[in-house]
Amino acid sequence: MNKKLLSAPYLLWAAAFIIIPLLMVLYYGFTDKTGAFTLENIAAIATAEHGKALWLSLLLSLTSTLICLLLAYPLAMILAKSNKGKSFLVLLFVLPMWMNFLLRTLAWLTLLEKTGVINNILKLIGLPALNIINTPAAIILGMVYNFLPFMILPLYNALTKIDSNVINGARDLGADGFQTFLKIIFPLSIPGVISGITMVFVPALTTFVISTILGGNKILLIGNVIEMEFTTTGNWNLGSGLSIVLMIFIVLNMVLSAIFDKEGEGTAL
Amino acid sequence: MKNVLVNLEHISKSYDGQLVLDDLNLYIRENEFLTLLGPSGCGKTTTLRILGGFETPDTGRVVFEGRDITNLPPNKRQLNTVFQKYALFPHMNIAENIAFGLKIKGKSKSYIDDKIKYALKLVNLDGYEKRMPDSLSGGQQQRIAIARAIVNEPKLLLLDEPLGALDLKLRQDMQYELIRLKNELGITFIYVTHDQEEALTMSDTIVVMNQGYIQQIGSPERIYNEPENAFVADFIGDSNIIGATMIEDRLVNILGYRFACVDEGFGRNKPVDVVIRPEDVELTKDPAEGTIQGVVSHLIFKGVHYEMEVQACGFEWLVHSTGMFPVGTPVGIKVDPFNIQIMHKPASEDEEAVGVNE
Repeated sequence: MNKKLLSAPYLLWAAAFIIIPLLMVLYYGFTDKTGAFTLENIAAIATAEHGKALWLSLLLSLTSTLICLLLAYPLAMILAKSNKGKSFLVLLFVLPMWMNFLLRTLAWLTLLEKTGVINNILKLIGLPALNIINTPAAIILGMVYNFLPFMILPLYNALTKIDSNVINGARDLGADGFQTFLKIIFPLSIPGVISGITMVFVPALTTFVISTILGGNKILLIGNVIEMEFTTTGNWNLGSGLSIVLMIFIVLNMVLSAIFDKEGEGTAL
Repeated sequence: MKNVLVNLEHISKSYDGQLVLDDLNLYIRENEFLTLLGPSGCGKTTTLRILGGFETPDTGRVVFEGRDITNLPPNKRQLNTVFQKYALFPHMNIAENIAFGLKIKGKSKSYIDDKIKYALKLVNLDGYEKRMPDSLSGGQQQRIAIARAIVNEPKLLLLDEPLGALDLKLRQDMQYELIRLKNELGITFIYVTHDQEEALTMSDTIVVMNQGYIQQIGSPERIYNEPENAFVADFIGDSNIIGATMIEDRLVNILGYRFACVDEGFGRNKPVDVVIRPEDVELTKDPAEGTIQGVVSHLIFKGVHYEMEVQACGFEWLVHSTGMFPVGTPVGIKVDPFNIQIMHKPASEDEEAVGVNE
């Protein structure tokens, strides 16, 4: 009884700010302006404009997830192995997280602009200018920069959980370093890989801030489309409908990770 | 005499300035069951890890069948290790675990299948091929770990406290199992433990270690009956260790009384340490019959015998006896000359470190 009482504040919070908004999204998503039931808002994803935005969102978020994985895995391995200098390395990749998300992304804008810091330096040393601002490449860069720590942490957790004797055992039985990685270390880190993918893929898929700032409003991701339906156009029904479609992809990802991530690496964050 | 299989020559190793092994020299013969015995931190596991290739000594060489393997990585050594906590691969079933080393070596599928069957039979776990490691008990996992090592037909099997996590009954069963395996396979075993009973039960040779030094090497009987110093005497079984004076050959002054003994060559009036095992202390009902007299101060029933403590001449004598004397009884203490083991007292601080410093 006491325990139930203790959870009451959170349950109230969850009801007010999670359950009810979710129900409202569902309500708006399946009704038209008059309040009648319709599937049009869901089907709207099939239009060329929305389909393209969703496709681009999937492409960019998957690409940045892959880049994050490739960058984070070696670092997580080094972190998991090292004793000395570990806290310094951890500090290095956590440090950017102490800064505001918007500031970080705006900083990249200043760096990448046509007359930005990077191009000024390139000009100074006589190299051609880099024109990636307002391109998908800039958005991917922003995604990777912002979400990389969320890939490293679950990987690091999964890798430190591997008993060093298991690795020694593989070496002892004749496996060289590469075979040990392929047959022991990587398979045992799969839960961390899956968690990391989820932690990066979901926010990358739904972002509209990064694409607004670094894409200069020229590149529309599904997040931008939904945001505009709510703020500019004021069509809450369409915005909710598209949100539900996006949610399907996120739930799909969650289901997949739940199947693999039985150890709960993601919860370590 | 059998051939020497492994030679450790002048091995030293330190971690963060802390010396763990100091100029260790040791050879292991073919088909020997050799046990490294000592308290935690004595360097026994480090020695094993150096043999397995998981540590490189700061100085010295590891010679395996005449070949220097000091800098060879573990996967290139003709030996296998059974790790303390089994270290089975948790994502592979039992058959895949056992097959791991053979697959790496590129053996044929039929060869591997035969080997798996053979190894499982050897450790009495037929039919466990498809089980996952975490569905097995500790003892079963340990046996799989052994099976996984021996299918590779190593010349040398290193075992790092493999029975440490098992309960007493299972541990005793596994001890006999290991002796049987060793005899059936004809592999040389190097076994690390801090359990003196385990060492006495299984070994051909025991190496008693303390603080990075070898204290004594010998057969279990020799180590038990003739410990070379107070550390060995204290570590192997219970014992009464008493500071004494060697009056002359075959005569020692213990706590102010003269005891006959059989040791010679310690000189005249030299300080020595005397070891008397508790089962070798005889209590007499009539105090006058004993060499010295005392009073029973403690009494515990241990099953096979009674354990008593007797206060005599300012020393608390530990006594194991089938006869029972209630607390408060005045008794006499007698010791057969053969059961008094005389040891050199460490003369300097240096020797103290090598010898008694626990």
